[in-house]
Amino acid sequence: MLSWLFEDEWFPKFDWRWDYAWEILPRLLEATLNTLIAAAGGYAIALVLGLVFALAQRSQNKILTFVVREFVEFVRSTPLLLQIFFLFYVGPQFGITLSPWATGMIAIGLHYSCYLSEVYRGGLDSVPKGQWEAATALNMTTAQTYRRLIIPQAIPPAIPGMGNYLVGIFKDTPMLSVIGVAELIHTANAIGSETWRYLEAYTMVGLIFLALSLPAAALIRAFEGLVRRKLGM
Amino acid sequence: MEDMSGFPQEITGKDKPMVSFRKVRKAYGSLLVLDDLDLDVSAGEMVSIIGPSGSGKTTVLRMLMTLEEINGGAIYVDGKPLTHMIQGDKLVPASEKHLRNRRSDIGMCFQHFNLFPHMTAIQNCMEGPVQVLGLSKEEARDRGEELLELVGMADKRDQHPSRLSGGQQQRVAIARALAMRPKVMLFDEVTSALDPEVIGEVTNVIRKLVAEHNLTMLMVTHQMGFARDISDRVCFFYDGKIEEQGPPVELFGNPQRERTQQFLSAVKEAV
Ligand SMILES: Nc1ncnc2c1ncn2[C@@H]1O[C@H](COP(=O)(O)OP(=O)(O)O)[C@@H](O)[C@H]1O
Ligand SMILES: [Mg+2]
Repeated sequence: MLSWLFEDEWFPKFDWRWDYAWEILPRLLEATLNTLIAAAGGYAIALVLGLVFALAQRSQNKILTFVVREFVEFVRSTPLLLQIFFLFYVGPQFGITLSPWATGMIAIGLHYSCYLSEVYRGGLDSVPKGQWEAATALNMTTAQTYRRLIIPQAIPPAIPGMGNYLVGIFKDTPMLSVIGVAELIHTANAIGSETWRYLEAYTMVGLIFLALSLPAAALIRAFEGLVRRKLGM
Repeated sequence: MEDMSGFPQEITGKDKPMVSFRKVRKAYGSLLVLDDLDLDVSAGEMVSIIGPSGSGKTTVLRMLMTLEEINGGAIYVDGKPLTHMIQGDKLVPASEKHLRNRRSDIGMCFQHFNLFPHMTAIQNCMEGPVQVLGLSKEEARDRGEELLELVGMADKRDQHPSRLSGGQQQRVAIARALAMRPKVMLFDEVTSALDPEVIGEVTNVIRKLVAEHNLTMLMVTHQMGFARDISDRVCFFYDGKIEEQGPPVELFGNPQRERTQQFLSAVKEAV
């Protein structure tokens, strides 16, 4: 009765072509490298800026604390895609013209720095008050105390959260395709529109993401253990 | 602002106290913890502070270490105001800069050691000298090794605190504080968190300091026997005031105040 559903024109045969997959592999690998570069660049920005935001929210300066807290809340409450579009298309009206690559990394870095600032804040808060008191007893400045004592101790408990957002950034890099960054999805789309074959490209992109994301959790845990041992904790 | 006109801008004279609390008041919210505390400690003197829990003993040390702000009165160290600074011809509350200048005379050891867990014993001892005093790494290492030797921890110099027993950690903490060359050392119940069998290794270090070094010391302790042995003077705190003070033989042997007698007999029973 439903046989019309299964007629060829409605339900084309599943046909995977190995030779074609092999042919597009180099382009996809190059795009993988681009994806990794975009993720690493965004992450580097997020790591540094996130720490700045976390420290700013702990400062004695009420105005600074307020402004940063509201900004972080604002960024966290709006979509990354909107922020990418905004930076790319509205930025030039304010005299900020950046390449798609720069825009993408800055947008991702800014977006994730707001999440990372919360991770850092948890780590910073977890350092016992006695460490601050010992630092005062040694007459260390606030800056010295953060740099030498508090931040090093705040990092190990923050590593799992930091790792999760690294994976998050990696999986969000496809959003950069909308402004023309030649990462994986952008490249798969381009390949598809050239040959009208999408199956191989998209499947391979999925497998690449899977292959890179899966070991991440284990690597992060191993890294945390390594850092803790290095710090003797 | 509080009228400080009755307070001197400097305490002078040959016998000036190393530490002087003058009418010091401290409150947490509406809870008055210390009321008009007057306490002078001479240079080289060892003063023990005893008293029931909550009587304000820790607060006295913390105010002197500038970990707590005071709400009235003034504290002097080596004749110069600590909690205040001179502006024009008036005493005004100290700025952070003033505190940084003055607090270098004071060192403190805590009940829970508060060692830096990510640094080895020797690194703990080098941190202040290198970062704050500006010593070279070599100078700081020499100084730290000498002090670890003094507290009997030279062989553990490269261990992290997590690998050390409580008694060992406390000895490293004493070395760390001494590395700053303070004039005044504060000990806040430094044996209270320790297992009974290792208390002796920490008290022996303090004994050695008393015998061989001309440090001024303030020590909060629950170990009456130890306080009696090594103190020049014992202060019994009760409810935020010094209820009674005197040489250990007198305070322990012949306490005058009823509260002192009650406290001492209660402690004796507990032992
Ligand atoms: N940070 C604080 N906030 C509020 N109350 C405090 C604080 N620190 C100490 N107190 C109170 O001050 C009083 C004296 O405390 P403390 O000096 O620690 O006593 P002691 O060392 O003699 O046991 C106690 O009643 C204590 O509860
Ligand atoms: Mg106490």
